[in-house]
This record gives sequence, structure tokens and C-alpha cells, in this order.
Amino acid sequence: MKKLISGWSLIKSYTLLVYIWMFAPIVAVVLLSFNPQQFGSFPMKGFSFRWYGELLHNPSILGAFKNSLILGSLTAILATSIAVPAALAFVRYEFRGKDFLNTLLIAPIMIPEVVLGVALLLFLRWLQQPKSFMLLLLGHIVLTLPYVMLVVQARMVGIKKEYEEAALSLGASPFQTFRSVTFPLLSPAIFAGMLFSFTISFDDVTATLFWATASQQTVPVKIFGMLRNSISPEINALGTIMIILTISLPLTAGYFIRKFARES
Amino acid sequence: MKQKTLRPWLLLSPSLTAVLLILVVPVCFVVVYSFWLRSPIGQDIPAFQFGNYGKFFADFFYPSLLIRTIRVALETVLLCLVMGYIPAYFFYKTESRFKPILMILVMLPFWISFIIRTLSWINILGDSGLINHVLLSIGLIDSPLSMLYNEGAVLMGLLQYLLPFMILNIYVSLDGIDKSLIEAAKNLGCTEWQAFKEITLPLSLPGVSAGCLLVFVLTCGTYLPPMILGGPGNDMIANLVFKRIITTLDWPFGCAISTILLALVGLIVFTYNKYMGINQVFKSLGG
Repeated sequence: MKKLISGWSLIKSYTLLVYIWMFAPIVAVVLLSFNPQQFGSFPMKGFSFRWYGELLHNPSILGAFKNSLILGSLTAILATSIAVPAALAFVRYEFRGKDFLNTLLIAPIMIPEVVLGVALLLFLRWLQQPKSFMLLLLGHIVLTLPYVMLVVQARMVGIKKEYEEAALSLGASPFQTFRSVTFPLLSPAIFAGMLFSFTISFDDVTATLFWATASQQTVPVKIFGMLRNSISPEINALGTIMIILTISLPLTAGYFIRKFARES
Repeated sequence: MKQKTLRPWLLLSPSLTAVLLILVVPVCFVVVYSFWLRSPIGQDIPAFQFGNYGKFFADFFYPSLLIRTIRVALETVLLCLVMGYIPAYFFYKTESRFKPILMILVMLPFWISFIIRTLSWINILGDSGLINHVLLSIGLIDSPLSMLYNEGAVLMGLLQYLLPFMILNIYVSLDGIDKSLIEAAKNLGCTEWQAFKEITLPLSLPGVSAGCLLVFVLTCGTYLPPMILGGPGNDMIANLVFKRIITTLDWPFGCAISTILLALVGLIVFTYNKYMGINQVFKSLGG
């Protein structure tokens, strides 16, 4: 018995080490963003919000931020609103080619992102269209669609068909049933899907670097451009803001979803 | 009745249209374009010739990048496995009331921007990074060790990106194991280790293989860690695509490289799907 306990404590320590390894670099980014020195490196010499102040006065960074927020929100809304009906079709209906189509919609996860970036840009070039916000939006929709599909479908499987059948047998039309039965039950899944797609869009860089232009930038693309000169405290500060934003979103959402689940 | 059979297609049509028009058609076009001829001035010329592929396999330089990509991807898979299995097992076994918080912590890196996670290693491994700072100040070394711009640093970035995928896949598989099987084995006299070796480990293999596939495929498609943390000798095939398209604007050749990358990944996914079924991979991502 004693040997077993020591085995378990080894597992625990190993897990702890993996945690430390995973979070040390992220913590370093946050810490160094408060370093007032010109070169963002250890040791820390004091604590200041200097670099955050500089970010606020940098119009091109603010522009990228605004762009990222608009792009992420639109991507979330559009990707989720085409993913929800599709998930509904897969979970609630039987039809020919169902498995194949389901795989087709989710398989893009397996396509190398760099190829996706090239493909859409090439297509646009062939159509002789200039790069635009539309390109970013369309690209981000297909980029996030498989993930939204997976999340929404997984939640939808858990919703009992009987509720809908009851509504239908009581004389509700399919649309009424969707609006007053399926949709409310599904709203946590829709919300989760939108969040997921917003974050993926907000964070993506591999494909986005192909699609962005000087005037249509996102924050990660901007960071990539700044990195050309080497890492700076300004990058750490911008990174910290991104970290706080993308982490606090799912955490608060998770909190509210659990709160609503408990109340109802 | 007819209306009812039409309804799923109606529900599917927006997403199918989007995937076909924005994804399937452009990706097919990449393959077509890889046979075209590059013209130094203006438009590339539609053609069906294998010159771009000939160029790729003409000498050892380009194929060596392909081989390096496969090697680095395999190293990443192996390291993810070594670093990921035990934490996944810990989550499966633990009865701590902090389990939900610990799980959220593992998921957090998913939500943090890839570029930030990659560049964050500069703060740790750089000449004036954390490790050198500590080693210098305790007097273990006199001058900074150079730890950046080599394959080790690239692997750190890749692991940081992919480890959560591996942990999640293994955990989902472990979590699906019927715990009464292990109880039964123990009642029949198995030790904890034997029960793990004979039951838990084999039953977790679907998750392990799904994690390996995902990590391998995602490694092949990325150019950021080699670009930011690697040196000139650490480029992978995706870096080559990026350079040919963005820097030298050689579209037909860039498309040929993309097609080769697509074929490599396609072959692996196809083989995996034949023997394991691709749905295992999707199971963990939906949770």
C-alpha cells in the first residue's frame, strides 16, 4: 500500500511539473510587460504601466484591435448561424450520405492551415479581387466552422428528442417548436460555439498572415510585424492584454452557463 | 413526405455551400495551379506539366525539408506523449475537488493566442531570458547560454501549442473506461500496475492514437515556431510555402509544395481512418 501512495505522488509531481512548464512562459510575458526598461528582459527593474500607456497612444495597434474585435464578432455570429442548422440536420434527421457530409464539414481541421491560407488567397487572386476585410471574414468562417460544428453537435446530442416531439404533437409548427423548445435548450451550445469561434478568429495567425494587408490587420498579425525587430516590452504588454481578454471570456461564460444551469 | 426529406438538406445548405466555395474549390485550385507555368512578367500560364514537382525533387534541398518536417513532427508527437499521458491519467484518477479548476487550467492555453505562446519562449530561453538570468546570477555560468534559434527551441514552441490537444484526447479515452473493469481485475488479484498495464493502457490507446494524429498533422501545417524560435536550418515545409508565396511570389511552385504537403497529410489521415476511424479525433474536440 505504501508503494502505491508513492507512485501516486510521483504522478502528482509530474503533473505539477508539466503545469509549471506550460505556464512559466506565459507568466513571464505578463511579468515582463510591467518592466519599465527599454529591453523586455530579466531582471525586473521596478513596476510600471508605461508600456500599456504607449500602446494606448499607438493608433495602428488600436486599429488592429478594433479590426480584430469586429472580425471576431462577425465570424462568431455567421459561423454559428450556419453551423446550428447543420448540426440540427445531423442530429435530428436520417438521410443519405449523412456520415460523409458530416466528415466533410469537420475534416477541414485536418487540412494544413498554411494550405488553407494559400488556397483562399490564390482563388481571390484568380478572381482578380484585391485583399479585403471580406477575405478575412470568409476565411475565418471556414476556419472556425468545424470547431463550432463539433461543439454544437456534442451539446445537441444531449437534448432529448421527446421535448420537440411533445411540442409537435401538441400542434406547434416546426418553426414554433424550434423557437420555443429547441432554441432555448440549445442556447448554451450556441453561446459556447460563438465564443469558441470568436477566440479562434481573434487568435489565428497562420492563415491570417496570408490574408491580412497593411490596412486590414488583426492583433496577432500586428504582433508578428512588431516581432521582426525582436521582442519588446510593448509586445509583452499587448500579449498580456490578449491573454486576459481571451481567457476571461470563456471563464465568465462558463460561470454564467453553470449559473443558469443551476437555476433552471 | 417530400418536404420532410428535403428539410435536412435545407438546413445543411448554408454550411455546405460555404465549405465548398471557400474551402474545397480553392484547395482543388491549388492542386490545379501546381501544374501551371510561372511567367516572370504578369499572369502565370495555365498548363499541365510537372516542372514544379521536378524542381522540388531536382536536388536534395527541398526533399530534405520534407524529411525534416516529418522528423520534427514525430519528435513532437513523442514528446507530447511523454509529457501528456501522465497528466491525463492524473485527471482521470484524481478525486480532488479542484479537478474542474485543474481541467480548466489545462484548457487555458487553447485560448491563448498561438503567436503569444510561441514568442513567450524568447522570454525564457533568450540570452537575457529567465534561465540565463538565473544561471548567471547564481554563478553557474559566466556568459549566457544560447538556447534560442535551434531545433530545441522550435520543439518547445510546438509542444506549448500541441500538448493540450494530446492531454485532452487521452483524457477523453480514459474517461470512457468502465471503472468496474478495473475493480474486477483487482478483485481477481491484479496489482494496481497490472490493472493499468492490462486494462487501462490498452483501452486508452484510441485516445493516444487520435492525439498522435492530431499533433502530427497540426505540426506539419505550421510555420510559426520555426520562423520565430528556429534558426536558418530549422525551416519546415510550411515555411517553404510561406516564403515561396509571400516573399518570392512564385505561385505555381508554392502550390506544388502545398500539394505535396497536402498529399503527405492526406496519406496519413487516410491510413489512420482506415484502421482507427477518424471520429475518435473529433470526439475530444467537441467536448
